[in-house]
Amino acid sequence: MKKLWTGNEAVARALYEASVTFASAYPGTPSTEILENLVQYRDKMYVEWAPNEKVALEAAIGASMAGVRSVAAMKHVGVNVAADPLMTLSYTGVNGGLVLITADDPGMHSSQNEQDNRIFAKFAKIPCVEISGARDAAEAIRESYHISETFDTPVLFRMTTRVCHSKELVEEGERVEVEPIPYVKDPGKFISSPASSRRKRPGIEERLKRLAEYAETTPLNVEEDNGASIGVIASGVSVHYAKEIFGDKANYLVLGFTYPLPVEKVRAFREKVETCYVIEELEPFLEEQIRLAGIEVIGKELVPVMGELNVDILREVLLGEKPEYQDAPEELLVNRPPILCSGCPHRGFFFEAKKFRDMIVTGDIGCYTLGASPPLEVSDSVVCMGASISMAHGVYAGLSKHGIKKRIMAVIGDSTFMHSGITSLMNSIYNKTPTVNVILDNRITAMTGHQENPGTGYNLMGEKVQEIDFEKLVRALGIEKVLTINPLKLGSVREAIKECLAYEEGPSVIITRWPCALKRYSEEDHKEFNLKAPKSVVIDDLCRGCRNCVRTGCPSIRFDKERKKASVDEHSCVGCGVCRESCPFDAIVEMGKI
Amino acid sequence: MTKSILFAGVGGQGILLASKLLTAALIESGYDVKMSEVHGMAQRGGSVTTQVRFGDKVHSPIIGKGDADVLVAFEPMEAIRWLDHLKPTGRIILSTGTIPSAVILSGDVDYPQGIEAYLKEHVDLLSMDAQAMAVELGNSRAMNVILLGALAKTLNLENTDWIALIKDEVRPEFFELNKKAFTVGFEQ
Repeated sequence: MKKLWTGNEAVARALYEASVTFASAYPGTPSTEILENLVQYRDKMYVEWAPNEKVALEAAIGASMAGVRSVAAMKHVGVNVAADPLMTLSYTGVNGGLVLITADDPGMHSSQNEQDNRIFAKFAKIPCVEISGARDAAEAIRESYHISETFDTPVLFRMTTRVCHSKELVEEGERVEVEPIPYVKDPGKFISSPASSRRKRPGIEERLKRLAEYAETTPLNVEEDNGASIGVIASGVSVHYAKEIFGDKANYLVLGFTYPLPVEKVRAFREKVETCYVIEELEPFLEEQIRLAGIEVIGKELVPVMGELNVDILREVLLGEKPEYQDAPEELLVNRPPILCSGCPHRGFFFEAKKFRDMIVTGDIGCYTLGASPPLEVSDSVVCMGASISMAHGVYAGLSKHGIKKRIMAVIGDSTFMHSGITSLMNSIYNKTPTVNVILDNRITAMTGHQENPGTGYNLMGEKVQEIDFEKLVRALGIEKVLTINPLKLGSVREAIKECLAYEEGPSVIITRWPCALKRYSEEDHKEFNLKAPKSVVIDDLCRGCRNCVRTGCPSIRFDKERKKASVDEHSCVGCGVCRESCPFDAIVEMGKI
Repeated sequence: MTKSILFAGVGGQGILLASKLLTAALIESGYDVKMSEVHGMAQRGGSVTTQVRFGDKVHSPIIGKGDADVLVAFEPMEAIRWLDHLKPTGRIILSTGTIPSAVILSGDVDYPQGIEAYLKEHVDLLSMDAQAMAVELGNSRAMNVILLGALAKTLNLENTDWIALIKDEVRPEFFELNKKAFTVGFEQ
């Protein structure tokens, strides 16, 4: 029976069918559901969340060295983190097949930048495989492991947001059992010392030549000859956009193996048509390889190099055609940007932190990135995972040489802290910068859809595991001033910030501990936290319309301009109590206490 | 010929279940189907869509401007936000209950007035207060299946046993509720 699967679901199934036994990842949109969908095959497969992408890839390298087929999956910026092992993995090669899945995010639906990770394939001198959707997954994954083991190389498997999160009808395949390749000690292969890497270096160039030959015959590159005068060379989801526009009025060269490129196949394809377009999202990755071979094509002079492509964009730039549609009058439209949820434990922290003026707050990646949005507007910066703590250190150290003193705070989530905040904190301790470092511990990796992490006490398989204790951890690193607080209690937030700002002996840490309002609570959560708190309600007569509660930015609070009164939406309120505490007139109370 | 159905609303309104039931019906009717969803940052109280395309052979998984045959809007402002994706001959199925966004909640901006009247004048509109209708049935969350019922009537798929599909998809204790919700929507 056919299944309607997302690219992520189909890739998960394909990994199972290809007898992959080891999978490691750090969650990141749009890649997260690959590992989540592998859990159903736990009888045959080891599946884990790693604390970051570098660890995930290194663990996969270990499994591969031991002879087991392995995979590491991550979003595009995760590959930046994993780039260190990746670049040398190209030298060591593999034992069991190894595939690195990169899920790029053209258009930045849920990312801090957009980058075309196919360039990593060229950079690391390894092959790149792309799919256009779920339907391609089984063959592409199967072939990727064949390539990896035949050519002794990792394979970069590139997906994009639309490929990951669009569904296509897929035929479920059969699993083909693959036994581990016996491990034989081979220091010349897996030890990357200068001498051995120099020895292996020519082999990488020779491997690229053999891969280029393979590219000419691989089943992943498919030509469709419709006897047309227009030719389209495309990869990824762009293939579907092109076919929507040209139908059978074009010949297609659909590339699933995009590095190194099948130059002769492209040349032969080009000779059969009068006009030839290269359609690809983001960088002119195919186009540059094609032009370098002296083949004339039309590409990025028309097709945008930025953002996501779609049929409308391509129809306009290639054919000069615009769709017919009606625009709504602007006065009927108001923006609806994402906001912190009702009962989000981050809200109370940001609401209080905002009151400390003249403070630089470096932020980080997670739901709490929204702490930079109105009405909270606390954070000054967001760069990458872990940067909050290191940047706060840099702000202090940089200004101190000029005799400028500033109050400096770093804000980072629990999962992000373990991803790459720990080493940053070590730097602040080692180099003695009195920054205030706040770990917003909401007991889960929330933004990506609630994944367990080393601080939650559970792993991806749902097993109870050793929980990393943040307070013990930072004390062990050498932090002396550590305060663990409930962020729903605004008074304790205020006092903790004050106390830490006054502390000048070195960096301090505030841990705000309260579970995400959307989390599926564990037994331990129920024991530790009062999660059945009564909802809040405004006593109309007492409300003076000061709007203080509105400034918490809670979506359950509404302000009536005419009556100058606030109200709480009974359905969405989860009873966190932050609005009650924010009210200077005690006009908001627990429901049932009026 | 590929047809496109665009579901637009706010995170948490049950758009995903409605589109899942639709795709199940379309697959049963023998169509090629593709569907696109939104994950990640946008889900946090932001504007969300799912996009369903079906036909003999579907290429693009996403709906372009002027491309949707039906826009199922779970909220009036979302109908306006996605109006440019509707075919000039397309239909909007609208739930009239409003969900104010942050700047409206805070009292800084008013909820736009006259959306329903504007749509009535400019498109083929089928509007209902699905939220209130669901509350009447005993659970506000059933609004998604009420709107699906209205969509089912509009699409007029032959030989589709929607009630059986609903039975497969929802938890047993919610089956009766959703069955009623579907019927109420279908009769609009």
